[in-house]
Amino acid sequence: MIYILVLLPLLAGLAMFALTRPAMRRGLLLGTALAHTALAASCWKWTPSPALNGWLALDAAGLLFLSITSGLFLVVSFYVVGYLGQEMNKRATDEEEGFLFDNAPETVFIGCLLLFLSAMTLVTVSQHFGLIWVAIEATTLASAPLIYFHRHHRSLEATWKYLLICSVGIALALLANFFLGVAATQPDREGFPLVLSELVARAHELQTPWLKVACLLFFVGYGTKMGLAPLHTWLPDAHSEAPSAVSALLSGAVLNCAFLGLVRMQQVCVAAGLGGWAQEVWIALGLVSIVVGAVFILGQTDYKRLLAYSSVEHMGIIALGIGLGGAGAFGAMLHAVNHSLAKAMLFLLSGNIITRYQTKNIGHVRGLLSVAPATGLLWIMGFLAITGTPPFGLFLSKFIILKAAFDTGHAWIAIVVLVFLAVIFIGMTTVFFGMAQGEPQKPMPRIRDRWWQIAPPAVLGLLVLCLGLTVPETLGNVLRQIAATLGGTP
Amino acid sequence: MNAISLIPLLLALVLSPLLLGVINRTKAIFAGRCGQPLLQIYSDLWKLLQKGAVYSRTTTWIFRAGPMIGLAAVLTAVMLMPLGKCPALLAFPGDFLLFIGLLGLMRFFTVVAALDTGSSFEGMGASREVFFSALTEPALFVVLLTLAQQTGQFSLTAMFAPVSNAHWLHSGPVLALVVLALMIVLLAENARIPVDDPNTHLELTMVHEVMVLDHSGPDLAFILYSAALKLWLFAALVVGIVLPVTDSAWLNLLLAVGGMFVIAVIVGVIESVMARLRLPVVPQLLVGAGAFAAVAFLLGLT
Amino acid sequence: MLTTNLILILVVLSNLKLLGSSRLGASIRVVAAQGVVLGMLPILAHMNELSVRFAVLAVGTIALKGVVFPWFLFRAVREAEVTREIEPYVGYVASLVVGVLALGVSFWMCTRLPMPEAIASPWLAPVALFSIFAGLFLIISRKRAVSQVLGFLVLENGIYTFGVGVAARTPLLVEAGVLLDVFVAVFVMGITIFHISREFDHIEIDRLSTLKD
Repeated sequence: MIYILVLLPLLAGLAMFALTRPAMRRGLLLGTALAHTALAASCWKWTPSPALNGWLALDAAGLLFLSITSGLFLVVSFYVVGYLGQEMNKRATDEEEGFLFDNAPETVFIGCLLLFLSAMTLVTVSQHFGLIWVAIEATTLASAPLIYFHRHHRSLEATWKYLLICSVGIALALLANFFLGVAATQPDREGFPLVLSELVARAHELQTPWLKVACLLFFVGYGTKMGLAPLHTWLPDAHSEAPSAVSALLSGAVLNCAFLGLVRMQQVCVAAGLGGWAQEVWIALGLVSIVVGAVFILGQTDYKRLLAYSSVEHMGIIALGIGLGGAGAFGAMLHAVNHSLAKAMLFLLSGNIITRYQTKNIGHVRGLLSVAPATGLLWIMGFLAITGTPPFGLFLSKFIILKAAFDTGHAWIAIVVLVFLAVIFIGMTTVFFGMAQGEPQKPMPRIRDRWWQIAPPAVLGLLVLCLGLTVPETLGNVLRQIAATLGGTP
Repeated sequence: MNAISLIPLLLALVLSPLLLGVINRTKAIFAGRCGQPLLQIYSDLWKLLQKGAVYSRTTTWIFRAGPMIGLAAVLTAVMLMPLGKCPALLAFPGDFLLFIGLLGLMRFFTVVAALDTGSSFEGMGASREVFFSALTEPALFVVLLTLAQQTGQFSLTAMFAPVSNAHWLHSGPVLALVVLALMIVLLAENARIPVDDPNTHLELTMVHEVMVLDHSGPDLAFILYSAALKLWLFAALVVGIVLPVTDSAWLNLLLAVGGMFVIAVIVGVIESVMARLRLPVVPQLLVGAGAFAAVAFLLGLT
Repeated sequence: MLTTNLILILVVLSNLKLLGSSRLGASIRVVAAQGVVLGMLPILAHMNELSVRFAVLAVGTIALKGVVFPWFLFRAVREAEVTREIEPYVGYVASLVVGVLALGVSFWMCTRLPMPEAIASPWLAPVALFSIFAGLFLIISRKRAVSQVLGFLVLENGIYTFGVGVAARTPLLVEAGVLLDVFVAVFVMGITIFHISREFDHIEIDRLSTLKD
């Protein structure tokens, strides 16, 4: 069963290179996405049995992130099908510099999308640290061609930075894996395998200095992929130059996968008694990310870069939640879910705006509500969601995290974070409302938004709203389970 | 100070010009020429000593004193150097510092004598020489430091005595790196290709030659002889590390002298197969030698 | 252990050569030689427990790093029509000095960590750490994209050295996965370099600076 989850998108992606007709390709994409989501949903009811000698198994954290990834992919694939129908087979003019550019072949794009899904699935179901590493590196490599969809120099620059920075970071994570292996060796060379359950069960036997160094390297390595400042420098470029559907997946799914890697490490640390020490690092990284995100959101001129820095800031909030412990861990997990949905929604909408206005510059976009009412309305909704306004889900998760800060005696952290969140809110208000209201500068053709542009973001927005009103019992249980392993008591 | 310690000194005084002869002969063989006679340098020295010297009007006493002080310095250095496990004439803890200092003194007076002529040509050579030696001197220093750390002794005589076969087996890589660094320093300090071309007198390729361009007669003889002695000294350093130790003292000595000539042949071969490096690349080579020496030192520490 | 030490010395020398060299062709060959030499390390480091697994790993590594990568990188260099590195952010002489300092720091750091007894040689961890530092330094200080890929390969070599010498328990599947990932990474980077050279007419990374805040 687990094998099917991983192999299905992999085989479909490879098959894509053999299919010739666009309709068949897009159909296969949708079909695979539907099947994958169905399988993931069924895992909530019937837990699949572990495979490969315990290396592949679906525990609570894996199940949560698998569902987010799979569901997000399904929604985004509908958007992608419509987007490809519009973008392919035409040479486009770059909006800012006015040159002509090509797009990557559709087979490469859809093929890499499915390989990307397969790699992310592998991350969620792996229990062996080495296998997790292989899978995260595979996500980097599968997503690089996706960023380079629009073939021009800016996206090439973004792809190169993404490749190099993430590969270096992940190479350091490999070193961390080896250090972890050394920490797990015994004087009589009977080391135990790097499977999560084994490590947690025998955590008291791990040698502490090696475990500490391994943790630091994991923070650097997987933190780069997660987008924690100061290792986030690839994030704004990659997110702003990739096509919007890809940005949605990057922000919503890949950052979570890297976060999952760090969660596994944290589970081992907590079991080994290093939880308190690790939490300090989490808090430090979280605070730096929030500050960096806030500083770069102010005065930003490109709305996709703004959304990218918002991702950095939210990853900071999640890190902060884990670092605070207690109910903060529960809040962080909930925040991961909410943020994926809301950020993906915003990126898909930004795709709509680019298609219509042909510019990524905030100053050149005006009058969204009058030109494209549905998009404009959803844009405002997304803005309210991402800044943590009730009744949307992010308000609930942020509230839980900040309350945990007060409860554990870190009141000053909560106050600092609140100040920066307020700064971000003000900065983003001017941008979003400025874009939505007013009159467009050039006369725009009155075309209605297509269904594939409206339905996916709307669905995501609705989900965020529902999660803000109530957290379903099953989801809550899973979140509590994860939080318990991370040293939190909900 | 016993009779045995006079042997290295006598061998150095007598055989060092022969080293230069061997190098020239090797280069000639590679080039397919007959080449100079092996004992040519001796004839050159004899000829120069009998001539009179010409001194330019712009020079002062430094110009006249330079070659003499240089020869005196290098002779003192020869007295410090052991050969083939025969102890040197002068030996005391820390004498390797004196060794480096004496070489520096010789270099200093050569440079100052060159600057004394007031010609920009010599000044250019002087600046290049000082630049290169600023890079080789640390390398030489670290090399000797590594040897001191490996053997636990601080005198040149005592440093080479324990370097035996067992030592090589134990810390072979460290000693190999040291020898590599020493060979590069030898090539640099003795103005051999790939650092400097001793044959041509072109502005492009000269470093050492240009400094001695104005000397003549006995001064030039002194300079030629000191160059031969300096080559002998560096070769003796390499031979002391590389050569295996046998029980018989005479065999050691024989092997050592043979080793010196082998090194001369090796230098000749290097000079024949390589071209001189471009001037900006030479610092990279010299810093590379320093890096090898530093790596050997670090590896020897563990 | 002597052959292991010899291999480690060769690795150190090759790293120093990379730090001080400006010629791209020579650098690619040096990295290939380093990969081949390190490919023999698993066999030598575990002489008393030879198995098919180590043999397969060694052959795979040598084939990949000694043949495939250089061929691919030479194609990229030929395509981009460059032969030399341009003046890097940190000059060559300074790079050599930094390299020696990095070696010293690696030795010092490894005295602070308790080494497992099963380690193949006391120099293994410092040399591995030195390779990692050297690779990172090459990535930061060089301007040409190919040099950065070479730095990445040196970084991977260092991590691999450490893994082979110390973690004897890493299963074959993971090691094969690591090798595969490195291969695909270099492949994708090479293709990107093709595109960069075609798009920009140069492969100097410091001139890729359009995207910034």
